[in-house]
Amino acid sequence: MSLLIPDSGLLFWMLLIFAVVFGILAKFGFPVITKMIAKRREHIDNSLRLAEEAEVRLGQMKQEHARIIAQAREEQGQILKEAAQERDSIIRQAQAQAQDEARKILDEAKTRIDAEKESALREIRSQVALLSVQIAEKIMRKELSSDQAHIDLISRMIDEASASHSSKNN
Amino acid sequence: MKTGIRYILITIMAFVLPGALASAQDSTDMMPVAAVSDTVSGTAAPVHGTGDTEQEESVDVQGIIFGHINDSYEWHITDIGDKPVTIPLPVILHSKTTGWHCFLSSRVAHGHEYKGFYISTSEKHEGKIVERDASGEEIRPFDISITKNVLSLIISSALLIALILGSARWYKRHDVLKEAPKGVAALLEPVIEMINDDVIKDAVGPNYAKYSPYLLTAFFFILINNLLGIIPIFPGGANVTGNIAVTFVLALCTFLAVNLTTNGHYWRDIFWPDAPMWIKPILIPIEMFGMFTKPLSLMIRLFANIMAGHALILCIVSMIFITVRMGAVIGGSMTVVSVGFGIFMDCFEILVAFIQAYVFTILSAVFIGLAQERPHAEKQGN
Repeated sequence: MSLLIPDSGLLFWMLLIFAVVFGILAKFGFPVITKMIAKRREHIDNSLRLAEEAEVRLGQMKQEHARIIAQAREEQGQILKEAAQERDSIIRQAQAQAQDEARKILDEAKTRIDAEKESALREIRSQVALLSVQIAEKIMRKELSSDQAHIDLISRMIDEASASHSSKNN
Repeated sequence: MKTGIRYILITIMAFVLPGALASAQDSTDMMPVAAVSDTVSGTAAPVHGTGDTEQEESVDVQGIIFGHINDSYEWHITDIGDKPVTIPLPVILHSKTTGWHCFLSSRVAHGHEYKGFYISTSEKHEGKIVERDASGEEIRPFDISITKNVLSLIISSALLIALILGSARWYKRHDVLKEAPKGVAALLEPVIEMINDDVIKDAVGPNYAKYSPYLLTAFFFILINNLLGIIPIFPGGANVTGNIAVTFVLALCTFLAVNLTTNGHYWRDIFWPDAPMWIKPILIPIEMFGMFTKPLSLMIRLFANIMAGHALILCIVSMIFITVRMGAVIGGSMTVVSVGFGIFMDCFEILVAFIQAYVFTILSAVFIGLAQERPHAEKQGN
């Protein structure tokens, strides 16, 4: 049957046309397209890999963040605790110091009071002694006159002494 | 790789079997119809369904189908009344006695003779332009006429080149890393990517890049010719990939690609296979035979599938005109059936157009891959 016998003319043209088509497409057509497709696929693969890496890095960074925050919190707590301790100790120290000071002042006051008292007593004693001596002197002197005079003298002298004592005290 | 091969085998089985069945079914279908039309009409060869007697307005289905399936010197579009509308095509001949001739096919149409050339009606050279030698025998001159198929090939090739180069131009002018393809590039990219990555890369193996331009060209060449063949009017409609000469050239290219670029292992497998000594005399001829049957099967498969598809659609359409004589009821109902079935077949042919291009490409890739892959397989074996 003629269907199964290739016709020479068509064979010739087909060879020619297919050769031309193949020549053109194999040189200017398909390599360009397939190269570009491969290029884009490579780019997409690269991008995906980079994205994955970035995601991993982001995860790491998040962990790092969390770690840093936790650390900061811990440090903050510690600092606060230390500060509280410091404060407490300072207060305690201040209290102790204040107590010491107060005690010291009290002690000082007490000693000064004691000293004052002593000196006052000593003065009184000396005054009393002096007065006694003077009284005795005056009594001695009045002995020579009357009794009345003697008594007057004594009372006067006591008045004088008390007066002088009070004036001295004032 | 294993899954790849299994995938390929399943694909082949799935696609080739229905195709073979369709062609077998078609050949059985076609003949009875043709025979019926012959017996009904009883006329020898009425031209293109124009009934020549008043009572027998019959349809010459065989004439229509073979007129379509075979190549022709003119592009017959339709008949208006009794007047055929055709595009005359240039006839280019070289006669041994009178040298080169170039004229339009309209000069030899309707049995006219021009410069001693005419279209033969004899059995041997039917439908071809012949001349008579000194003894009155019909002989074929060297004939490289631009026939219907050649013109269709030129049109489809121009279209294909425009599409692919248009697409390539987009890639040259744009940055693929920043833009998604538009227009024709967007249309072709997924197909090119699929064929290149899923078919060629998987089947050929590591150095697939060398073969991908050929295989892609073959795929798109077959596809565009198949698809144009389905379109029933002028730029399409020619039975190009259903012509043995066309599929022969395609198969020849695959044969050359397989055998010219292979390595020593391939030849050793054919001429000195790894087999016991006594089996070698049997195996060597089988292997050598296999070398040719592989491309031959490619050639026949594509040819038969596409030709069968064209014939089947024509049969279905012709059914309308055959049954119209049997009365309004049968004619009307058969028209509905024919149109419905014709729509189905056209859709099916679109599928077949793709599948056959795909199968041709995948098998070519597998044959190339088999001729390439031997050393790797052996290394794995050792």
